[in-house]
Amino acid sequence: MNVQDFVEGIKRGDRRILAKAISFAENGHPIAKEILRQIYDKTGKAQVVGITGFPGTGKSTLVSKLVEEFRKRGKSVGVVAVDPSSPFTGGALLGDRLRLNGADVDKNLWTDERVFFRSMGSRGRLGGIAKKTGDVVKLLDAAGYDMILVETVGAGQGEIGILEVADTAIVVLMPEMGDDIQVNKAGILEIGDIFVINKSDLEGAENLERWLSFTLSLDSSDSAEKGSANAERWRKRVIKTVATRGEGIKELADAITEHFEFLKRSGTLEIKRAERTKMMALEIAMEEIRAEITKRCSNLLLDSKDPYTIAERILKDIIKI
Amino acid sequence: MEKIRVLIAKLGLDGHDRGAKIIARFLRDAGFEVIYTGLHRTPQEVARAVIDEDVDVLGISILSGAHIPLVPRVLDFTTQYGGDPNEIVVVVGGTIPTEDIPKLKACGVDAVFIPGTPISEIIKFIKQKVAEKRRDNL
Repeated sequence: MNVQDFVEGIKRGDRRILAKAISFAENGHPIAKEILRQIYDKTGKAQVVGITGFPGTGKSTLVSKLVEEFRKRGKSVGVVAVDPSSPFTGGALLGDRLRLNGADVDKNLWTDERVFFRSMGSRGRLGGIAKKTGDVVKLLDAAGYDMILVETVGAGQGEIGILEVADTAIVVLMPEMGDDIQVNKAGILEIGDIFVINKSDLEGAENLERWLSFTLSLDSSDSAEKGSANAERWRKRVIKTVATRGEGIKELADAITEHFEFLKRSGTLEIKRAERTKMMALEIAMEEIRAEITKRCSNLLLDSKDPYTIAERILKDIIKI
Repeated sequence: MEKIRVLIAKLGLDGHDRGAKIIARFLRDAGFEVIYTGLHRTPQEVARAVIDEDVDVLGISILSGAHIPLVPRVLDFTTQYGGDPNEIVVVVGGTIPTEDIPKLKACGVDAVFIPGTPISEIIKFIKQKVAEKRRDNL
């Protein structure tokens, strides 16, 4: 198959061709870059929703319920679910798909023509997503999926890679995960547009909700001073769910849709996406530069013991900066 | 070298997945990306996952005795959904009576591993067979 076969296959929604293209993208195969370049004008319609949060909080179960809910609303849904690759063997156990509801519910999400689920190993990248997750999202977008849900590796406190791909970031928490200091630490809690307190039938849900709401109110009063008076701001939401029973899922889906409306209405979407395109371009260029430098320095002369001096020489002599 | 992607599937009413989980774990340690389906999948569901996840290997773990009706159905649906079962390595593991092994192989199964098979043998077989199929399908 050549590039054109892939591009046409993806545009007409051929699952097998899409699946193969995703593999090429994941493996950094040269053909992937050409496919992505040619499908790029078909992207941008989908709302990309990132779902991140601590391990075991119920991200995968929430994803399954959200897919079901958006299907009920007539949307087609693509899912990219990232799990960690072993830093030692490169192997991975990708266990997000098994939460996807099958034959035991009204709508079988495994065989639904308008659902595409893909599991990904993080393959050495930190931050909660894989290096190629962004490319996979673009392929699903070009294939015409209305919603794309990206589930990150179970993340703790600083994994904010999801911002590189998502229009809407959802942070999933659950009761009894720590006190108010945990909630106020920097990092993952700063990135959420919507916060989900899952397993909210457990004791401590009200406490967590109170602390979270209070913390978020501090954020918004601060940005009120900095932001311009006219700019519409997004009021961050806290939504309680019990994913296994489907409780709170409608409210969550509503909030996701409202956030996208807000992004479009306020012009934030355009700004965010332009910024992401820039970052992605830099990333692609950096990758090539890194490969080039590594190649040129394969016979690097260790004429000094300290790495700073050697690095300086690389910059001066080899790259001529 | 591209990663080897494996789908470990459990079909039908079979409720025993300790073996499947242990195999998944060992394959992970061999450097493979392993996707586990969970219990009680239908042949259609597994076939769809084979396509969407673009796996190199389909491993069906089956202890219920229903391998003769179920395994060929998975392969039929894979074809029906636009896939090519010849491109993937199909292995079956579990309590398979000796006389059923030729029947499974006749419908496209590459290997059957019965209880007691050393894990190293399974890993070696998968690596070899995937390399062959990748060569054939270049």
